[in-house]
Amino acid sequence: MTTGPLPLQPKISTSTLSVLYGAKAAVKNVSLDIPANKVTAFIGPSGCGKSTFLRSFNRMNDLIEGAHIEGSVRIDGVDIYDRGIDVVELRKRVGMIFQRSNPFPKSIYDNIAYGPRVNGIRDRKRLDEIVESALRRSAIWDEVKDDLGKSALALSGGQQQRLCIARALAVDPSVLLMDEPASALDPTATGKIEELIYELKDRYTIVIVTHNMQQAARVSDLTAFFYLGELVEFDETRKIFTAPSHRQTEEYITGRFG
Amino acid sequence: MVTKKRRLIGAGVIGISAIAALAIVGIVAAVTGTIVAGGWSTLSWEFLTAAPSEGMTAGGIFPAIVGTVFLVVMMSIAGVPIGTVTAIYLCEYAGTRSVLARGIRFAVNTLAGVPAIVFGLFGLGFFIQFVGGGIDRALTGGAELRWAQPNILWASLTMALLTLPVVIISVEEAIKTVPQDLRAASLALGATKWQTIRRVVIPNSLTGIMTGGILAVSRGAGEVAPILFTGAAYFLPHLPTALSDQFMELGYHIYIMSTQSTDVDATRGIQYATTLVLLLLTFLLNFSAIYLRSRIRARQQRS
Repeated sequence: MTTGPLPLQPKISTSTLSVLYGAKAAVKNVSLDIPANKVTAFIGPSGCGKSTFLRSFNRMNDLIEGAHIEGSVRIDGVDIYDRGIDVVELRKRVGMIFQRSNPFPKSIYDNIAYGPRVNGIRDRKRLDEIVESALRRSAIWDEVKDDLGKSALALSGGQQQRLCIARALAVDPSVLLMDEPASALDPTATGKIEELIYELKDRYTIVIVTHNMQQAARVSDLTAFFYLGELVEFDETRKIFTAPSHRQTEEYITGRFG
Repeated sequence: MVTKKRRLIGAGVIGISAIAALAIVGIVAAVTGTIVAGGWSTLSWEFLTAAPSEGMTAGGIFPAIVGTVFLVVMMSIAGVPIGTVTAIYLCEYAGTRSVLARGIRFAVNTLAGVPAIVFGLFGLGFFIQFVGGGIDRALTGGAELRWAQPNILWASLTMALLTLPVVIISVEEAIKTVPQDLRAASLALGATKWQTIRRVVIPNSLTGIMTGGILAVSRGAGEVAPILFTGAAYFLPHLPTALSDQFMELGYHIYIMSTQSTDVDATRGIQYATTLVLLLLTFLLNFSAIYLRSRIRARQQRS
């Protein structure tokens, strides 16, 4: 397997990771090092295992009956599938944005405050601060600051997705996993999400799954190309999109299949 | 020749279906019409607020209304939480292949098919003789008969058992309508499973839980057999004031008025009017359940 050109200690590191649903492997034997404070994109045709791979980083695959892994995933050097790992704690450190925006049918404020509240923060002033700072960092504060009590479902699709990003930021994670976060949005809303990703990478390690190759080219520093559950190529985005080493990568990028 | 025969068969089937459909409407209309016609003139404010008098050939049905309300309220307090918790376990905690969950589902379905009178006998044997008898022996050594006799507590618990399947099934339906996306969102924010259930699943299925409660109440309000041996009284001059008191109930009242009364003809108006009150009560409850359910459906379509 190809490993990236990374001198630093990786933020997320998988070693011969396979994710299986029953006997069927959705991800096969992938070893990959993801650096901190960079945007790493996973691309590949539908069903190539990129989302499944992403979901192994916060153990969301645990929720699917019959799913299990072989190999290991380390975040900051710690094996997150170790017996002693508290999955709830892990998910606080590794936030996730889903393909379909999924705000709770509650007010904007209560959506953002959800994470802090389940972590036991009750103090109203402290919650106010967290909500404001999460909304500011997600570049949606100016649009919603006067209607924090309004239902989150009344927002537009793009706003809902940025709200979901703010909600994830409110628990103060260090990694953000994004599973095709803009696939249901129009170009303008997509542009805002991409801008936001660019701003967030200073503070967070971002891993994004996308179907949209232009998007991968625009937002990511590194790109991994998956095909049929296997990692084909992982390199700097610039290199993947200009001079890929593998024929399959080139064919996918130039649109010959996928 | 053949086409003519086919057309004839077609027309015949349409005709039979139409007659069957009309017959159903007709039966409902006839039953409701008879009851309204027979009971309307007896129905009055006094009838609703007075106790029966003159050997139950005059007066009102106030104690039976109060008894019915007490019964369904206590039954809901006992049954709805247990049913809700069971439904939560089945939907959220048990895996699809869990043997225990399958066992519970089988038990719930069986329970739903058990005749009401069997619940009544079970209540008599279990609650009154076993539990009640046990309490009496523990308190007074069996010298005084207090709990080992029919009362409103045992009747409510028996009724709660009868309505448990209704509650479990409708709460389960409601929980299933909560989108999986919301559970995933909550878990991904580091909420525990229980926090997710308490803060996301239950608030979003509250209308369903209420519907389950109402359906249970309307089912319970229409049943007489379970309380026959467990707490309903023929006639009581006073309202129940303690859990160990017996009570009057609308359905049971109709039953005794029409079979046990010394002068059935004199009570005919009262019988009709009591039936009308019970019917209105049940309709009202069913309609509110249907209304709540349609609101849930509307919400589902929006999301």
